[in-house]
Amino acid sequence: MRRGPATISKTVLSRTDSLSEMREFIAALARESGFPDDEVANIVLAVDEACTNIIKHAYQYAPDKEIRVTVSRSSKAFEIRIEDDGRSFDPSAVHAPDLKEHLTHFRRGGLGVYLMKKLMDDVEYKFQPGKKNQVRLVKHLPSNAAAARR
Amino acid sequence: MTDFKVQHRDGEGVSILDLKGYLDAHTAPDLETAFQKLLNDRKFNIVVNCRDLSYISSAGLGVFMAYIEDVRKNKGDIKLTNMSPKVYNVFDLLGFPILYEIYKDEKEAIVKFRNAQKA
Repeated sequence: MRRGPATISKTVLSRTDSLSEMREFIAALARESGFPDDEVANIVLAVDEACTNIIKHAYQYAPDKEIRVTVSRSSKAFEIRIEDDGRSFDPSAVHAPDLKEHLTHFRRGGLGVYLMKKLMDDVEYKFQPGKKNQVRLVKHLPSNAAAARR
Repeated sequence: MTDFKVQHRDGEGVSILDLKGYLDAHTAPDLETAFQKLLNDRKFNIVVNCRDLSYISSAGLGVFMAYIEDVRKNKGDIKLTNMSPKVYNVFDLLGFPILYEIYKDEKEAIVKFRNAQKA
């Protein structure tokens, strides 16, 4: 399995038209790490949801702010750290939705965090109020890909 | 640049939206516009054909949630069809099959609307 550098970063502007660029960036790295197509799709969607939350909630659609993404790849895990300098968004304030109740009342918000947790093995938020926010998304590598790299 | 298109066809008493490409926070407003136009025209029997939909995020799913209540209040429905397994997986993770009718083929959804109209 061919791999590029262990850590690679990308910064995009806080605009919704940056989402496709970010998805392509993440998809290429996840594929290169040996994830099957369905897992690549899950990782890409989780990153899209994290970036969308930053654009909407942290930056409140201000289009000229930075979203910084760093991907770290080891033999065991694919880790994505996404940072912004916007308003802190505390996902613990977002209760895990009772999906049926949530959908019955046609509530639109809060589903992104739920999806990220479903799609990734680990989702962790860190805040330094007034400085930066960070969300860390981890997906463990499939065992065959990890074995191929040993 | 995200590629997304919505095209509208009218069948017999049913409006069909064909979705193509990537439905995310950037393109969701295009789908909102299409739904809003149908509601303004008082077209409430809506089939959304997802055959060429490559990708959907929660921002796209939110559009269906935004309009389903108004549509059902007017005795209509939004029925979803022809999803790829990848797109269906996202709907499924968020519990949509509980509250939305999802069919393999557009024709099945149209038949459902016709049968409901006859009843």
